[in-house]
Amino acid sequence: MLAILPQLIYTGLGIGAIYALCSLGFVLLIRAANVVNFAQGQFSMLGAYIMLVLLVGVGVPYWAAFLLAVILMAGFGVVFAGAVYWPLRHRSQLAVIISTIGASILLPNVVLATYGPSPATVPGLFANPGFMVGPIFVDTQYLSVMVITVAMVVLQYVIFEKTLLGKKLQATSQDKEMASMLGISVAAMVLITFAYSAILGALAGVLVAPILFVSVGMGGTLALKAFAANIIGGYGNIPGAILGGLIIGLAETLGAAYISTPYKDAFGFLILLLVLLVRPRGLFGELIAEKA
Amino acid sequence: MRASPARPVLLQAALWWRGLPATALALIGACILAAIAPDQNYYLNVVMQAVTYAIGVAGLVVVLGYCGQISLTQAGFFGMGAYVLAILTVHQGVPFFLAALAAMAICGLFGLLLGFASLRLGGHYLAMVTISFQVILTLVLTNWIGLTGGPDGVSGIPRPALLAGTHLYLGFCLVMLVLTVFYTWRLKTGRLGRAMQAVRDNELAAGTCGINIFRTKVISFGISAVLGGLGGALFAGAFSYVSPDQFTFDESIVMLTMALLGGVQSPFGAVLGTFTLIILPEWLRFLKQAYLAVYGAAVILIMIFMPEGVWGWASVRFGRMPGTPGEGAVAPLPLFAVQQSEDAAPVLQVTDLAMHFGGVKALDGVSFTVRRGAAHALIGPNGSGKTTFLNVISGLYRATSGSVRLGNATLDGLAAHERTRLGMTRTYQNIRVFRGMSVLENVMIGAERPGNDARTAPEVMARALAALDFVGLRAEAMQPVGALPYGHQRYVEIARALAGSPDLLLLDEPAAGLNSTEKQELSQLLCRLKGHGLTILVIEHDMKLIEAVADHITVLNFGKCIADDTPRAVLSHPDVIAAYLGEPQAA
Repeated sequence: MLAILPQLIYTGLGIGAIYALCSLGFVLLIRAANVVNFAQGQFSMLGAYIMLVLLVGVGVPYWAAFLLAVILMAGFGVVFAGAVYWPLRHRSQLAVIISTIGASILLPNVVLATYGPSPATVPGLFANPGFMVGPIFVDTQYLSVMVITVAMVVLQYVIFEKTLLGKKLQATSQDKEMASMLGISVAAMVLITFAYSAILGALAGVLVAPILFVSVGMGGTLALKAFAANIIGGYGNIPGAILGGLIIGLAETLGAAYISTPYKDAFGFLILLLVLLVRPRGLFGELIAEKA
Repeated sequence: MRASPARPVLLQAALWWRGLPATALALIGACILAAIAPDQNYYLNVVMQAVTYAIGVAGLVVVLGYCGQISLTQAGFFGMGAYVLAILTVHQGVPFFLAALAAMAICGLFGLLLGFASLRLGGHYLAMVTISFQVILTLVLTNWIGLTGGPDGVSGIPRPALLAGTHLYLGFCLVMLVLTVFYTWRLKTGRLGRAMQAVRDNELAAGTCGINIFRTKVISFGISAVLGGLGGALFAGAFSYVSPDQFTFDESIVMLTMALLGGVQSPFGAVLGTFTLIILPEWLRFLKQAYLAVYGAAVILIMIFMPEGVWGWASVRFGRMPGTPGEGAVAPLPLFAVQQSEDAAPVLQVTDLAMHFGGVKALDGVSFTVRRGAAHALIGPNGSGKTTFLNVISGLYRATSGSVRLGNATLDGLAAHERTRLGMTRTYQNIRVFRGMSVLENVMIGAERPGNDARTAPEVMARALAALDFVGLRAEAMQPVGALPYGHQRYVEIARALAGSPDLLLLDEPAAGLNSTEKQELSQLLCRLKGHGLTILVIEHDMKLIEAVADHITVLNFGKCIADDTPRAVLSHPDVIAAYLGEPQAA
């Protein structure tokens, strides 16, 4: 059993990277727009389905389908913001949360009604499935996931901390009124955030598509892991979200192999409950506190 | 001065009786309805499902509607209740009623546990933890075959021997629904329900009104879990069969939609929403494929266009405004008459208080004393640390070092609600009233301060009315607080703080945002309070108000005390003049 441990760790980190990517988009919306988006996982589901339709239905080349899916999802992020968030922007956070919960039910069921319930498969990014490094079979898809996740983390860090746009986004998040008085277009900032967050979600979707099946339920599952990752790492904390994602990926891969396969999905949540009981503000601490 | 004792007794009777006659009628109606229900299994099944679901959805009214916490696992508790009843009655031979009580107890226990884990922080944590719970529960129901029967579920669940007939059992369920609605409705207008709504509307202010926020949230979630368990147990008895696919996350969403559609603020809304969504799909069969998509869209549309739900919408438009309860004289606010003097006993003693935010020393060793009966003003230029000071004193921020005593008690390390219990109430610069409630309810929450001498419901009501009398808003008592102009909302906040009969009243820039007439009125109000001998610590910028009211002034600048004396001495103090007007230029 121990012989497969390195392989399990590799796989766990690969899955964890997917959760991290999904979690990243989730954190971004919290930080920049103060929106807890329960439909975050549906961005991944829709991204994967768009790619599937382009690839199989329309016959677009693989990389074009990959990129088009991500770009189309950026546009969808804007539409989503306009329909689900914008009418409620002056209301309580509770109203917005419930509205995104509504969207998280609406979207998969629309896909279900139009595309049917049967899951589909999508080929991987590279024709070569992988290669051996010592005892580990390095799956190219998992490797791509990890590389792209790292790239997106770096990109997000640079945007938020090093660019004017990032400063504007942060300012909008902290105090919309003040930001608008300083000449920042709050509407534009919010739309950019939703678009970027949808891109991150879609990337997670199209990357995970070859690993899992493309299914109507995949968004809900991904979203749950992303939320849990976010809480484990510390609410609204970017490094925490990444770490949380990796922890959940590892926990369920190892748990499924060594403890129980049917309860695979439960391990991440058990860690979540444990973190909440022992260290409720997450491993890295919560960023946002209410002002008196 | 005492009001005639007859009034509170009448008030008490009115409070005790409210809803009881209607409930008795509804119980009779429920029995008649069950007796005359047509003898068709299909029809009876639909009604039975609606009745048991409605009990579960009423739980959502408590946790989401009253307390503002999102639970996404009502079907989880519903299913847990159903399974506990099924397993105990079928496998263990436990009598039905005992098993139903066990179902409610176990659900309540899980509710408290999950709430304890997740409610210390914001509302979204509960939402996520409840989804996780739902997922794990479904896994357990499907995979722990030895206990739950796995995907096949449990069948042959008995009903109580006396209520085995379908009509009798339906009558029993209807009676339980009526009792649930009555309990939930009474809860809303009681002390606990008001505390929940205060937490929902403004957590910070709820804490400084003496409400234990965490405990209130956990209890509300516990109640919702118990009601979920009750509904589920009755459901299991009704259909004699349970399986995991009946209690999935989708079903929790259906219950959420029911509550939102009907109106999450009222158990009547829950019943309305549940019956609508259970009976409607029977007519809209063509939707079967896409019904969840429609529910999802409905949730968004309801939030945008009808956030209060059908019942809430209708009761705003067609409901009548309830009359002011206990009209007529009430005992005025208790007098605090204490002659102010420089050697009166200290009420608030602050020693070396410091509050650092990273490298910023917002408070840097502040010490001063507020004496009983004083109208003590804390002034200082912008950014001098005044509001930080108030937030530290009232327990919203935790001091870096130093100590604070209120009377004989030390406040260090205490949470906001514990400090309030010891006799301190406050107002906020940017008004924090409970917007979902009436003016009277806002002030009643103030009167319900733990440690206040008004304890029973009629005493609380009388005290709240007296506080409203004092600020001149008695006539608006039943108005929703949001309908009042800004200046009046400030008075509501002051009345809320007064109704708690505090030893020390903290006012955070009470004149902010008021026009000059309103400022004058406020000044008179504060002078009247002072005349009553109430100890006041007021932060203010408006020097006219300070001069009219204060008999002692402390000046903060850059987090330090630069003066602490009588108004005359302070206002001519060179450091104070320098802080406000700048250093004199060297000639």
